[in-house]
Amino acid sequence: MFKNKDKYLSVILISPSVIAILIFVYGFIGWSMRVSLSNWKGINPDYSWAGLKNYIALFSDPRFHIDIRNTLIFTGVFVIGSILLGFFMAVMLDQGLRGEGFFRSIFLFPMAISYIVTGVVWRWLMNPAEGVRMSGLNLLFSSLHLDFLVNKWYTTPTWGIAAIAMTAIWQMSGYIMALYLAGLRSIPNELREAARIDGASELKIYRHIILPLLTPITLSALIILGHTSLKVFDLIIAVSGKQLPLDVPAIYMWQTTFDGLFYGRGAAISIILLLSVAVLIIPYIRYTLKTGVEQ
Amino acid sequence: MSKKIWYSLFAVLALTALVLTACGGAAPAEPAAEAPAAPVEEAAPADTQVEVFSWWTGGGEAAGLEAMIGIFDTEYPDIEFVNAAVAGGAGTNARAVLATRLQAGDPPDSWQGHAGQELIGTYVEGGQIQALNDLYEAEGWLDVMPETLIPLISNEGNIYSVPVNIHRANVMWYNPTVLEENGVEVPTTMDEWFAAMDTLQAAGVTPLALGEQWTQLHLFETVLLGSLGSEAYDGLWDGSTDWTSAEVTAALDNFAKVLTYTNSDSASLSWQDASQLVINGDAAFNVMGDWAEGYFRELGKTPETDYGWAPVPGSVGVFQFLSDSFTLAVGAPHPEGAEAWLKIAGSKAGQEAFNPIKGSICARTDCDPELFGVYLQSAMADWGSNTVSGSLTHGVVANDSWKSEIDTALGLFLIDQDVEGFQTALVAACVSSGPCQ
Repeated sequence: MFKNKDKYLSVILISPSVIAILIFVYGFIGWSMRVSLSNWKGINPDYSWAGLKNYIALFSDPRFHIDIRNTLIFTGVFVIGSILLGFFMAVMLDQGLRGEGFFRSIFLFPMAISYIVTGVVWRWLMNPAEGVRMSGLNLLFSSLHLDFLVNKWYTTPTWGIAAIAMTAIWQMSGYIMALYLAGLRSIPNELREAARIDGASELKIYRHIILPLLTPITLSALIILGHTSLKVFDLIIAVSGKQLPLDVPAIYMWQTTFDGLFYGRGAAISIILLLSVAVLIIPYIRYTLKTGVEQ
Repeated sequence: MSKKIWYSLFAVLALTALVLTACGGAAPAEPAAEAPAAPVEEAAPADTQVEVFSWWTGGGEAAGLEAMIGIFDTEYPDIEFVNAAVAGGAGTNARAVLATRLQAGDPPDSWQGHAGQELIGTYVEGGQIQALNDLYEAEGWLDVMPETLIPLISNEGNIYSVPVNIHRANVMWYNPTVLEENGVEVPTTMDEWFAAMDTLQAAGVTPLALGEQWTQLHLFETVLLGSLGSEAYDGLWDGSTDWTSAEVTAALDNFAKVLTYTNSDSASLSWQDASQLVINGDAAFNVMGDWAEGYFRELGKTPETDYGWAPVPGSVGVFQFLSDSFTLAVGAPHPEGAEAWLKIAGSKAGQEAFNPIKGSICARTDCDPELFGVYLQSAMADWGSNTVSGSLTHGVVANDSWKSEIDTALGLFLIDQDVEGFQTALVAACVSSGPCQ
């Protein structure tokens, strides 16, 4: 009896947030899906059925091809770069050097800054001007006689988006470092010592003991970085504004919906974004739920 | 364990139900959405106020608006002026807020918009603003505004907004010293322009300063106008000039050629950065609307010595304009207040108060030139005498959807430099969102 009362109470207590989430998250996802299947263009809602027309048009849209290419380059550079750099910094800090707390804070600080601020600062640093107007990093390189490093940064054709990914690495690698550092600290020292007694080299210890034990951390890092990179918007807007060479789906969605009033197309882009994030997240949630149950 | 299953089952059921309601809800929502289109003729409540919506929240624009509100308060002391300005993103935020309010059936009495198709394509299509022909006739505005302006801000004979100010888009700014040093005369035709830029390029000067993508769209529309002439240019937007024609191809070739004279870092420059290159002598020419003149003055520069101006080559005698204007909402909560506001916005006193502060000229041709600087006086003279054409980038000639499709086509062209593909994309844009069928 008492147990039952408890159960009702808990249902009542969580119901407001459940209802809010159902309406404001899932309800609107459903609504966006409906809009993406409609002909809505212009300021007045138009729910006439269009089937998959918006989706099919997108996949033959040259602009959307650029978006997909940019997203792939950005995700690749950003995820791999952040994980490598973050892991490297964590391993260095794990060596028990003096002033660890100081370095840890320094590496973490960029994460506290908003993407807009990062974007504005890096816009100055990555100034692609030539000749007498040269400034930022290019000026630094050129005055250090490292002229081969002078480049066009985010205005490089095709690969310019990688320069944006670099600023994102600068921002997020500290966070990945913190994840890995926590992981490294949770590995019992006995394991390393046992391996050393067995005559394993440090490299082998990392390869066969530490890295496998860090797999869950790497997976979390992959998910966190992967879905941020799919949704990237503010960073690009802050660096370059709305320009096609650095276009990504989120920017296309914003522009076509609110500047061009193509609501149906905008909703279709947002649903594609949602699905691509879901492909990343859902297996991860299932994995964590499963391991949670097993424990 | 089993509890968890029950909860998840409940969640899934609830979710399904919700999605179904969302889909099912679509049909009944339609009539509701059309409701604002019907003329609302409810008895007006006591007209004690007027709510005016704009994105003039800073700089000369906000100060100019304040000056105009001052005049409104003197003329109509009984009507309270509610300034519903929304800041941010050069109007992007304000327009998102406005769209939400209109969809909710809660319009402000009057709102700001670029005169022309940007307003017409959006709000007339949506049945959200009223025709103002009676007001124009009663106030005699048809006599004081250029004849060629009226069709550009009308739809099927109805005028839908009151232009407060006029900016000119087809202005080529130049650095007089740089031109003199290189023995270059101010060009008036496309060929002269190319010859001048060849000379400058050979001398190691950047011939034309250019900024980020929207400034390239701005350059594009002026080159179109300069290459086609005003009649064929106007025809692009009403369907009488064929987008597939050879003259359009020639104009696009001109544009591609103009781009070869520009600075390599254009994608990283704002319009201010680009026009400053001319002021600093790093570049000879820059094409930008005449708000650039306000910027030059802010920098403390002197007209005619530090910077000169001329129509973009090929467009001499044509005034390619853009304008901020105010509308009358369908179902305005305070129709009399809104009408009072529009009378002030179109009046000589109102425009003379607003424009010198904002750095633009009056839409009326009878404002006192003494109130304005050297450049604006020359613009006023042209406004009164030239043929008027509309700007694409700033919302006069094409609706938002069409403009955004053209912007995308331009962006793709800037990447691949394929003139043929550009023209195909422009034709497709005209078919999908313009008058071409």
